[in-house]
Amino acid sequence: MGHSHTLAWRDEHPPTTHISLTTGKRGQRMSVTTRRTRLAAAALAAITAVSGLAACGNDDDKPAAGEKPAKLVVDTFGEMGYDELVKQYEKDTGIKVELRKTAQLAEYRPKLVRYLATGKGAADVTALEEGILNEFKPNARNWADLNPLVADHSKEFLPWKWELGKAPDGRLIGLPTDVGSLAVCYRKDLFQAAGLPTERDQVSALWSDWKGFHDAGLKYKQGSGGKAFIDSITAVSNGVMFQGGGDLFYDKEDNIIADTSPAVKNAWDTATSMADISAKAQTWSPEWSGGFKQGTFAATFCPSWMLGIVTENSGAANKGKWDVASVPGGGGNWGGSWLAVPAQAKYPKEAAKLAEYLTNAKSQVEAFKAKGPLPTNLEALKNEAFTSYTNEYFSNAPTGKIFGESVAKIQPTHLGPKHQAIKENALEPALRAFESGQADKAKAWEQFTKDAKTQGAF
Amino acid sequence: MSLSATTAPPSPAAPPSPDLPSRQRRGRLLNRLDVKYSPYLYIAPFFLIFGAFGLYPMVRTAWMSLHDWDMIGEHSFIGFDNYTRLFSDEYFWNALVNTFGIFALSTIPQLLLALFLANLLNRTLLRAKTFFRMAIFMPNVVSVAAVAIVFGMLFQREFGLFNWLLGLVGVDPVDWDGQRWSSWFAISSMVNWRWTGYNTLILLAGMQAIPKDLYEAAEIDGAGPWRQFWQITLPMLKPTFTFVVILSTIGGMQLFTEPLLFANGNILGGSQREFQTLAMYMYEMGISNLNTAGYGAAVAWAIFMIIVVVSLFNFLLVRRSAK
Repeated sequence: MGHSHTLAWRDEHPPTTHISLTTGKRGQRMSVTTRRTRLAAAALAAITAVSGLAACGNDDDKPAAGEKPAKLVVDTFGEMGYDELVKQYEKDTGIKVELRKTAQLAEYRPKLVRYLATGKGAADVTALEEGILNEFKPNARNWADLNPLVADHSKEFLPWKWELGKAPDGRLIGLPTDVGSLAVCYRKDLFQAAGLPTERDQVSALWSDWKGFHDAGLKYKQGSGGKAFIDSITAVSNGVMFQGGGDLFYDKEDNIIADTSPAVKNAWDTATSMADISAKAQTWSPEWSGGFKQGTFAATFCPSWMLGIVTENSGAANKGKWDVASVPGGGGNWGGSWLAVPAQAKYPKEAAKLAEYLTNAKSQVEAFKAKGPLPTNLEALKNEAFTSYTNEYFSNAPTGKIFGESVAKIQPTHLGPKHQAIKENALEPALRAFESGQADKAKAWEQFTKDAKTQGAF
Repeated sequence: MSLSATTAPPSPAAPPSPDLPSRQRRGRLLNRLDVKYSPYLYIAPFFLIFGAFGLYPMVRTAWMSLHDWDMIGEHSFIGFDNYTRLFSDEYFWNALVNTFGIFALSTIPQLLLALFLANLLNRTLLRAKTFFRMAIFMPNVVSVAAVAIVFGMLFQREFGLFNWLLGLVGVDPVDWDGQRWSSWFAISSMVNWRWTGYNTLILLAGMQAIPKDLYEAAEIDGAGPWRQFWQITLPMLKPTFTFVVILSTIGGMQLFTEPLLFANGNILGGSQREFQTLAMYMYEMGISNLNTAGYGAAVAWAIFMIIVVVSLFNFLLVRRSAK
């Protein structure tokens, strides 16, 4: 359309005026202005074309209540294993499903924030990671209440996981997808060299509690000539935190109780007690990633999704040197997601149906087989395909069984709105300051409790 | 061509005589419109883009800074509360001190070195001038993220090159991101590496614009190279130097990527915020924390005001010292 416009303009002028550069003053000016006119026309046309396009873009958003949607959009991050499931759903229902994947959570979150802040662009079904979900909870109105839209599934999932999907005002924001069940990854070769047992059952028996874990670390340090046992003490606090259940940084009314909460104090004390066996390598730092190959530490806490990262950081040369044992003190959790339906979705009922389908027992087993996210659906956790799963890189450890047992032991926990911010920006920096010797224990605790108040305010 | 076009007088608006063919009449009208409005059309892109990406965000940020603004929730007007909060915010002052510390560590040595190098390159005796000029500018072509990542590796605690070198001379490894001075030093070294060449070239261009006869006259009067530098080069370089200082100030106050990548992407900048800059603090408050977007906007405006004040101060300082 824009193009034909330009052509029409050009035709108005006889061709002679274009090239009459030498026909005297007037002719010259004419030619210049003609060319400018054409340029101006082209620019105008371009502007109209662009605004026309923009207008077209807006036309897409026509609400159509009551009818069946032609297409549903699903937003996920990382690898959730939905590719085949979505195809099956298309076949079953005749609704087209578009899967929008974002690799990194760090890129995913700003997108979601933009969708919510501007009120448009969000997918019909949106995967929410634990930290994001908690952060979004205080503004629960951004999300559709799934309670009236789907059948009651509360008894079908891990109870603590199901509870976390609810907002303070009682609305059900998310249906559980996967968990970051916790285990310990350890280097058999380094254990052997330091005179520790290497069989995973014996290793698990070494640390039925955290004291045992610390003792094993000291023994390793002695046997290896002073080498560090674990990567960092923040990994320990992550492991301990979820084990006791109860309130963490917030009480049930979402008041900040970081300085008095027994669960937090316990995590703090356990973590700080491990400073003498820590490599002081901050998770995700180059020291940390490099440490896997260099053997700077012999054990680390592995949520299920971490296995892939350990594999990648350690490289093919270390295949078979790693193994997986259970976590001290029973179960643990780090990460995991839910599926939610934004309030701006045009077809909340159909979107909820799709979320329901993607989180049912059969789908969770399929997703696990495809990409490995751990099921939260109780039936899926009992499924043979899941429980019999072993990991080749980790000396064929029965990871399905280990991780399955680990999540089953978790007690329901209340996570306040800024749980993630307090954990990442108050607790962990204070622990690191203590670990690296920048602050003594009392001063680090003071730093943590003070920062928890500012970080946790909402 | 376009020059002659803009200076051309408006076409004489002859009254359209009825016997003129309509096509010609229309052409004339178009010409008139063209001469009158096309200039606006040509400069429009700048103003449209500036309006959309410069002016609007500024005004909007100012508006946000007067609110208690949750990015995905409610906002309520609170007047200047965000600004008064700034004064008692320990971490804001911490970020301010860090920013100025890194700024001083990077800008002062950098400009002195740039001045020295520019003077060296300006020597008539130097061979392969173009090569040296190119070489000195190269670091600026490298993307800032690449610089920060490579320097981050060099400054690593366990496997870093600098700690290895220190080890060779018997110095204990330094935990570069664990202390204030060491992290500031590491970050300013990135900035220096990247921007010294750029400033050198600008200063060099300024030096070359100084008339040669001044030097010749000075030489005849018996002034040595040192005297010539102080009495001719520096005073004549004043406008260029002011420009360079202001640019460095703006850059220094907005320092973000280097410290962020040095902290492995942690917006706090060290476990005790040892090297969190103002720009990082703004990001933390305005973007990382969803519910303090209004306060983040206030931090952004504070940075703007600080840049204005510091630039003015530098401007006056450079002007006076060069007099």
